[in-house]
Amino acid sequence: MTELTKLTLTEARDGLAARDFSARELTDAYLGEIAAGNQALNAYVAVTEDKAREMAAASDARLAKGEGGALEGIPLGIKDLFATKGVHTQACSHILDGFKPPYESTVTANLWADGAVMLGKLNMDEFAMGSSNETSYYGNVVNPWKRTGSDEALVPGGSSGGSAAAVAGALCLGATATDTGGSIRQPAALTGTVGMKPTYGRCSRWGTVAFASSLDQAGPITRTVRDNAVMLRSMASVDAKDTTSIDAPVPDYEAAVGKSVRGLRIGIPKEYRVDGMPDEINALWQQGIDWLKEAGAEIVEISLPHTKYALPAYYIVAPAEASSNLARYDGVRYGLRVDGKDIADMYENTRAAGFGAEVKRRVMVGTYVLSAGYYDAYYLKAQKVRTLIKRDFDQSFEAGVDAILTPATPDAAFAPGAITDPVAMYLNDIFTVTVNMAGLPGLAVPAGLNRDGLPLGLQLIGSPFGEETLYSLGSVIEQAAGRFTPKRWWA
Amino acid sequence: MSVDIDTVKRVAHLARIKVTDTEADEMTGQLNTILAFVEQLDEVDVSGVEPMTSVVKQEMKKRADVVNDGGYPQDVVANAPMSEDNFFMVPKVVE
Repeated sequence: MTELTKLTLTEARDGLAARDFSARELTDAYLGEIAAGNQALNAYVAVTEDKAREMAAASDARLAKGEGGALEGIPLGIKDLFATKGVHTQACSHILDGFKPPYESTVTANLWADGAVMLGKLNMDEFAMGSSNETSYYGNVVNPWKRTGSDEALVPGGSSGGSAAAVAGALCLGATATDTGGSIRQPAALTGTVGMKPTYGRCSRWGTVAFASSLDQAGPITRTVRDNAVMLRSMASVDAKDTTSIDAPVPDYEAAVGKSVRGLRIGIPKEYRVDGMPDEINALWQQGIDWLKEAGAEIVEISLPHTKYALPAYYIVAPAEASSNLARYDGVRYGLRVDGKDIADMYENTRAAGFGAEVKRRVMVGTYVLSAGYYDAYYLKAQKVRTLIKRDFDQSFEAGVDAILTPATPDAAFAPGAITDPVAMYLNDIFTVTVNMAGLPGLAVPAGLNRDGLPLGLQLIGSPFGEETLYSLGSVIEQAAGRFTPKRWWA
Repeated sequence: MSVDIDTVKRVAHLARIKVTDTEADEMTGQLNTILAFVEQLDEVDVSGVEPMTSVVKQEMKKRADVVNDGGYPQDVVANAPMSEDNFFMVPKVVE
């Protein structure tokens, strides 16, 4: 690791503005880290070296004129789910082979407008379906973290596994990610990074490959809370191209970092104490409570009685929406085509060859629950349960709770192949999925290491558009816990 | 509720995914595990509860019904596996 790549995003931003080093030097340092480490970590599926150098040179020109944007010259990795004009965009699926969109997603366009530099596209679970990055067509991502004294590879979590591994392994300064049931917060927790899933509607979904449209939301994964706040401000916008984009100005999130949390009321939901949770997770949670208390926050026990139904409801709503969204991959307009004896046969062959096992499973579940005669029993029921889940949260916020503290995941990173039962894998999102069902913001912050030396995270849940409160609280936890960096074994 | 292999094959056809008998058999077990998991929802009393339509209260945005984009068919077909004269090419559908 070079001195330049040790800097955080905001330190690099300040160094660039002070002309301590150039954007080109910073980008070259990161391209060097990728060249040295990506073979071992498999975080990038495409590296856009020439484009990165070109963008960095343009940043230097703007910085020289004193015209730099909020992210001028900052090298970022982009999850393969975001459409990037003329660049590999395949949601890490075989079915999108060769797809290069002729347009740019709103989120990435916002980043480039603020001067950021694209290093490449990041690995992920196929179509964002997975919690371990084992479903990617491009192979597993390897977590930069290993158990103390062990050489066994571990998963980085998913679906934004490439984003989390690239940030933790310093192969970029920050990464875009998306979260449908926990896909930002779970990998952030498993890699010791900071991940924010903003309020539904805060970041435009335009140009982001759709998984479950009523749940999908983009957000940043970064090394620090401050970096996260800076990056989210650039990603978020009001976008006429997404009807669910919210017409509300984007605040200066960075101003909330380090702000006093004295007097804030923090809810501790008793339903998040699940059976079989490791003692270490309980201890970490208690530690988080103590830190916030010491910072002047008031701790109150709350009840979110429908918590246990969030995951089963999610596994109706998300596959249902996915089966509809993924109907477009038929071998006609883009990507893979496998010929057949007629058009229906061509569709069936293409989708059989193009989708991986987990994607097929979810499309099948979705097709089944939406099929004639089952809609009311499954989808409609799940959407009603969703109303109850949101109501639980609403009642807590109405009673004066400012934010909720929970563990981010039920355990630390695990080995690839360790979880083969689909439902057991789904349980990884047990603490995060409720937040998507209710459309709330959720922030995962690293809070400690387990007995094997692996990172563990806490989750802060906010009221709608309560991102600033989460950043204030997140920085308290970060200050108390310190930052966690893996040993650099990969290069 | 649980599914049998014939239902799985029918659903696979609805989803336009070709499955072999072995795959259909494997999927039957997996789908039943998932359906058993979601059956927990039967415990919840949802009488009188409105289904969720939007997590954030917002008026549906409207815009004037005018053409405000387009005019670049070559971009639209640029990624097609087969195209001709800016049309997508597919196997013959009508005799």
